[in-house]
Amino acid sequence: MAQYEELLQKLEEIQSNALNSLEKVETETDLQTWRTAHLGRNAAVMQIFTQLGQVSKEQRPLLGQRANQVKLALETAFEEREETLKKIALQETLVRDRLDVTLPGRRPIRGRLHPATQTLRRIFAIFAEMGFQIYRSRDVETDEYNFELLNIPAYHPARDMWDTFFTTTPGVLLRTHTSPGQIHIMRENAPNPVRVILPGMCYRYEQISARSEIQFNQVELLVVGRNITFGDFKGTLTDFARRMFGGHARTRLRPSYFPFTEPSAEMDVECFVCGGKGCSVCKGCGWLEIMGCGMVHPVVLQNGGYDPNEFSGFAAGMGPERITMLLHCVDDIRYFWGNDVRFLEQF
Amino acid sequence: MKIVLSWLRDFVDIDMPLDQLARLLTMAGLEVEEVRLVGLPMPPMEKHEFKFTGLSWDADKIVVAQINEVMSHPNADRLVLCKLWDGQQEHIVLTGAPNLFPYKGQGSLSAPLKVAYAKEGARIYDGHQSGQVLTTLKRAKIRGVESYSMVCSEKELGISDEHEGVIILDDDAPTGMPLVEYMGDAVFEISILPNMIRNACHLGVAREIAALTGKPLRMPVSKMPADGPSIEDQVRIEITDPSLNPRFVFGLIRGVRSQPSPYWVQRRLRLAGMRPINSTVDATNYVMLEINQPLHAFDYDVLVQRAGGKPPTVITRPAYPGEKLTTLDNVERTLDPFTIMVTDTAGALSLAGVMGGLESEITENTQNVLLEGATWNFVNIRRTVAAQRLPSEAAYRFSRGIHPALAMQGVQLCLDRMAQWSGGQIASGFVDAYPEPLVDPRVVITTEDVQRSLGIHLSAEQVADLLSRLEFTCQVEGERITVQTPPHRLDIGQGVVGVADLIEEIARIYGYDNIPASRLADTLPEQKGNPSLEMEEKIKDILVGLGLQEVITYRLTSPEREARLLPPGLSLGDVSYYVRLQNPIAADRCVMRRSLLSSVLEVLEHNIRLRDHLAFFEIGPVYIPQQDELLPDEKPQLVIVLSGCRDLPSWDQPEVQMMDFYDLKGIIESLLGGLCVQDVKYEPSDDPVFHPGKCARILVGDADIGVFGELHPLIMERFDFESAGSPVLAAEIDFDALLYAIPSRREIKPVPLFPPVLEDIAVVVDEDISSDRVMAVIVETGGALLTDVRLFDVYRGEQVGQGKKSLAYKLTYQAPDRTLTDAEATRIRQRIIDALGEQLDAQLRG
Repeated sequence: MAQYEELLQKLEEIQSNALNSLEKVETETDLQTWRTAHLGRNAAVMQIFTQLGQVSKEQRPLLGQRANQVKLALETAFEEREETLKKIALQETLVRDRLDVTLPGRRPIRGRLHPATQTLRRIFAIFAEMGFQIYRSRDVETDEYNFELLNIPAYHPARDMWDTFFTTTPGVLLRTHTSPGQIHIMRENAPNPVRVILPGMCYRYEQISARSEIQFNQVELLVVGRNITFGDFKGTLTDFARRMFGGHARTRLRPSYFPFTEPSAEMDVECFVCGGKGCSVCKGCGWLEIMGCGMVHPVVLQNGGYDPNEFSGFAAGMGPERITMLLHCVDDIRYFWGNDVRFLEQF
Repeated sequence: MKIVLSWLRDFVDIDMPLDQLARLLTMAGLEVEEVRLVGLPMPPMEKHEFKFTGLSWDADKIVVAQINEVMSHPNADRLVLCKLWDGQQEHIVLTGAPNLFPYKGQGSLSAPLKVAYAKEGARIYDGHQSGQVLTTLKRAKIRGVESYSMVCSEKELGISDEHEGVIILDDDAPTGMPLVEYMGDAVFEISILPNMIRNACHLGVAREIAALTGKPLRMPVSKMPADGPSIEDQVRIEITDPSLNPRFVFGLIRGVRSQPSPYWVQRRLRLAGMRPINSTVDATNYVMLEINQPLHAFDYDVLVQRAGGKPPTVITRPAYPGEKLTTLDNVERTLDPFTIMVTDTAGALSLAGVMGGLESEITENTQNVLLEGATWNFVNIRRTVAAQRLPSEAAYRFSRGIHPALAMQGVQLCLDRMAQWSGGQIASGFVDAYPEPLVDPRVVITTEDVQRSLGIHLSAEQVADLLSRLEFTCQVEGERITVQTPPHRLDIGQGVVGVADLIEEIARIYGYDNIPASRLADTLPEQKGNPSLEMEEKIKDILVGLGLQEVITYRLTSPEREARLLPPGLSLGDVSYYVRLQNPIAADRCVMRRSLLSSVLEVLEHNIRLRDHLAFFEIGPVYIPQQDELLPDEKPQLVIVLSGCRDLPSWDQPEVQMMDFYDLKGIIESLLGGLCVQDVKYEPSDDPVFHPGKCARILVGDADIGVFGELHPLIMERFDFESAGSPVLAAEIDFDALLYAIPSRREIKPVPLFPPVLEDIAVVVDEDISSDRVMAVIVETGGALLTDVRLFDVYRGEQVGQGKKSLAYKLTYQAPDRTLTDAEATRIRQRIIDALGEQLDAQLRG
């Protein structure tokens, strides 16, 4: 009898001793030592199983059950302790590996498109969605295509509007606008409808200064069809301005003069720097001139191969560099072909 | 063009604020660039839609006053004291104005002098500082006399730069009236479009305002009687070519006495930007600014004298070859045959429509003025102005076209102004040569024309109304309107052009703002795309993705700039090598470039000290003149330039390596790979721009598409690259050839299902056997099951012996339909080793 009670008592002691010592275990090594000591073959609880024969037949299963319970409790406690120790160890590693996140990162070298190309692409994309195709033509042109077929005869007062570079070959010049492309595309297409944009480099005989360049990009629009009206041209350009300058961009069309359009207009957009109050960008007037435009002149339609009694059209021209300058408050147009990396890297 | 508000009011009533007037004009095509206030207050504006400058005169502090007596200053000879009445009280005012000195010591003046008087606290411009500097009048003691107010000059009031004397107003100026009320004004700086030369005058602008506001237009009128002895038989006109000189009118006034013009005339001329001279000359300028007709005054007595005392004959004709004339500005000019001359029997008198001659010019003493009003062919005037570099107010107008009807009106009005301001008697009648009177166009326009162009429906009556406001005469028959052009404009054409011209006028007066916007509803044209541009954009994207910066350079350069890339010892070919400018703006931008590389190297040179790593590319044309062709070939090229370190130095890796040949080659390989260009080979090249041992040609099949390498040291020396301490790598690629090499479509291989067998081999070959050849043997021998070969090591050293190198490859064997066995792989490997041994004498490295 006494033996049974004694063994039960011993089991209680084994459990409480083991759990007490487990609480003091702080390292993985100690944990394994503990496991050998308290759950190994020679552990105290294992000894109890060998002593089952010392108690009566009736008491034997009860003692065995109790011993199993103690063993299980120790095993569970071991696993919990192991888990806790792992967490602590991980935590220590994480703390140890902490970086100075404010040190600079390693940047891959990044390439960029030239700002003029970036602006051109925005313009292309907006017009592409309206069904405009892109048509390019040559830089070195004839006087005929650059002027005469565009309703600008020799000695016409309108020739004052373009300061022209002439080449040493008579009748050959550097195009002053992309408008010669209007004649090229019309002659290729007549009598089918046309809806194109004409991008390209143009040239003007001017002193290079912060405000003027001898070389600049231009993008022209040309639409020719049987039912093209002034309203269409107003709507198309207004839509463009909203997408280019933002949904709230206010625009206005102001009468102007170009020999190859009639009626002609200048499109102004309300200054997006000052909101129209007047600032240095808009030179105090609240508006920015962004496009020359108009209905295609009947003589130009005729020269392109369209009967002006049946066909009508509109054309418009804008300068991507100027638009870039306005959008980013760039005050010197020479930056564009100067290609200084300190300018280019900002785009 | 400076347009004076008070002058406009001679012809039309204006009751709107200044900013609204500016907006009205701008939105009708008369763009107001600036409004200069000359006394009037600034209108209240929420948004500054116009630039306003100038000075507003305080009504309380700047008034009309009268000087009743001019007295000498007790302590200063160069100052006088004025006894001045401002309508409320008397003041003693100190001034140094020389134009008051003549009145000194005359006692009380019988005719008091009317002046502009500024009281204490008035804001005016400082007359003693250059430019316009605002100042406020303060009390001060000058030479012992208290001073708190002043009599103003034009400069002090912002009317002009004139500061020689004070303003003496006309006698009828009401003393005590605020000056702003008496003569407060504004000047509109209007930019005149080339087809609107008719509006380069006050009547023209007033006509536009009348049309836009519906107010009536008052035409200028003559007041003086023309009742002197007739001009008939006093002068004869001979026009040799009416196409050069469509009309020539003479009028005559006898007994003029030139003197200063009335103050209001002088003020208007100055505000409009012209200098008053005397009452006779001023009259010609005044009428030009009033109705646009330039006029020329001859001294009649000089012409009679030149004609030997007989009535002169004036002949207009083209200049003779080499003909000379000394013009008003005292320059002797040699003339071209396109210049039109006004001459008499004794020779040349003036350059028609441009400038008068010195000899027949009127002077202070001229008594009898023969006044010319004429019309000239605008092309000839333009050519003369350009050839003589002689712009003038008259030529500005004539070179854009002045209607012949104005010649007569101008002469008439000008004689009237001369008689008013210079005295004299106007001869009755005119001598008028007008051999082929101009027929003003008559254009038929329909409401359908308007609808088709503007997209709005206007009734025939509305169309007629809009045009009538601009003095077109309209006859309406159903939907047709027959429109007669008024005799003051030359910008309306005939037929279909005339219709477009009229539609513009209709739209302008109707208001562009009032035409509703619509979206394109016409047939969408065939969508063709632009494949070469699309591919160009793709190539740019790939290069940007590889870390390159796009640049865009000048396409104008000079042979000297490009000569830096010429091989030593070579010089430029003949002049036809380049597309040359006839009128270059600068010596270093005188031809169209032939080398894009040269331009991009200039960019590198500019930036070389700014960054450790530089990588640029440009796609753009070069210009190659073609024999027997008018226009050059515009050949697009792609240029890539690299210099500096491979990676940017960082805080944990301060050591950097410089880029070399293989960095550039890698970029080219990635680009061609990204474009799926097949069958690419690289061959050594001896292009003289490059280092002879570090230069390769790019071949696609048999086509040579470009060259790249390290710049030749002798070429490097010609650029400012030294400090970089890095080689410069460059590629020059024929862009069209590259586009041609890009396959239009390609197939994507299936992702393999079976595992590969990987293996390394290293072979030792002679130094002069290129890597390419080894690779070619491996690929060819390996066959379809060898799916990838990669060179991973090149070794030279004792272990392989002198004159030899070891090349190590990673081989990947793979079958699409099964797992390869080791035995199969070994067989392929053995074949490769055998072939290398046979063909290249390669040894397998142990």
